[in-house]
Amino acid sequence: MKQQSNLRKQTPSQTVGPFFAYGLTPRQYSYPFKPVMENNLVTSGVSGEHITIRGRIFDGEDIPIADALIEIWQADSFGALDHASKGQGNSAKDTIGFKGFGRCGTGSKEPGTFTFQTIKPGIIAGSSAPWISVTVFMRGLLSHVFTRIYFSDEAKKNQKDDLLSSVPADRRNTMIAERTVENNCVYYDFTIYMQGDRETVFLDV
Amino acid sequence: MTEDLDYKRDWTVHPPLIHPPYKSTLSRGPTKPLMPVRQSLLENSAPAYGNEVLGKLDADLTLNGRMNGEPLGERIIVKGRVRDEENRPVRNTLLEIWQANSAGRYIHLIDQHQAPLDPNFFGGGRTITDDDGYYEFLTIRPGAYPWGNHPNAWRPPHIHFSLFGLSFTQRLITQMYFPGDPLLDLDPIFQGTPMAARDLLISEFSIKDTKPDYALAYIFNITLRGRNATPWENQS
Repeated sequence: MKQQSNLRKQTPSQTVGPFFAYGLTPRQYSYPFKPVMENNLVTSGVSGEHITIRGRIFDGEDIPIADALIEIWQADSFGALDHASKGQGNSAKDTIGFKGFGRCGTGSKEPGTFTFQTIKPGIIAGSSAPWISVTVFMRGLLSHVFTRIYFSDEAKKNQKDDLLSSVPADRRNTMIAERTVENNCVYYDFTIYMQGDRETVFLDV
Repeated sequence: MTEDLDYKRDWTVHPPLIHPPYKSTLSRGPTKPLMPVRQSLLENSAPAYGNEVLGKLDADLTLNGRMNGEPLGERIIVKGRVRDEENRPVRNTLLEIWQANSAGRYIHLIDQHQAPLDPNFFGGGRTITDDDGYYEFLTIRPGAYPWGNHPNAWRPPHIHFSLFGLSFTQRLITQMYFPGDPLLDLDPIFQGTPMAARDLLISEFSIKDTKPDYALAYIFNITLRGRNATPWENQS
């Protein structure tokens, strides 16, 4: 960890609160403000397997959380990132136009649910398995938390993953989304439990 | 890149995940320790959003919600500089804000506070920091509003801020408060912040930046976590 005595102090986090929708996810909630990013990450010409993540989120009393904001950040199908500071020198093969970032509120449809239309990511350099980074904000959470979505059909690669291996075996499944195919569409079901026996593994990123 | 070189979230400034006086944290804050993880390429990068995502009026909340006239309330300038822990400006990064109107009412459909909506005020805005990390909004000073946390609970006037930075680890959502507000001492959300860091959430009034005959100015400087360079930044 960096020596914090020489550093400027980080600005503290505060809760996203219950009223973020018109500012951060306006079109999803039908507010008249053009969104910067949404829960559909798939733009035309994106290569890779198209998937839908179907998510649910519950509090410690097993009540669906209808005012959470979920964000995802991922590589494209080649494992490349559309990075903010990517310079001219990056020769990695990547998908033009795939941002890899999405955002979804959990209160516009069935309370406590979210979906992302995206592509299954490739494996980034230095990793053994593919995953998607997940950030969770909500009323009642003063600092956001991080987790990851791994994929149930990548069992062999998941076994080699540094992070998954370091997680107690009985909690590993909280970060693995279950694959199903319905009518030729690929779904991954992922449930976030904030507390309790099934509490999701959250990361000190 | 070794683990001990990562910039970490400084839990001496960030609020804990469970803060009992803020009641909904009790059933929503994770209870198990956060799992340590070495930052990967993914955590050390972030999506790129530039000026192309902005609408013309996005940074002027006194204009972007107008239907038939001017919004009511006190016009204010909110500006500042975004830097990281190492004092480096965070340039060209997306900054989003949302807030209540001058009567303390959000346009959000689930806000049931008995205060008027303003047909000429929307309350959402965004901008991109400039090459030196500076940003500026024109808006209306938000009002205080009641909430259900405890009897006679009132949120101090605040503006919500969302920032990206250049790495996933720099992501920040916070709230800016106003100086001299007596509600700050009574607000479990503000008070959930470790005491030594609370001042970092309070904007500073600036007569120098106040626009004569037009709008008072408040300065809110923001510090994001430091960030490790990605391999492609090290190749020159």
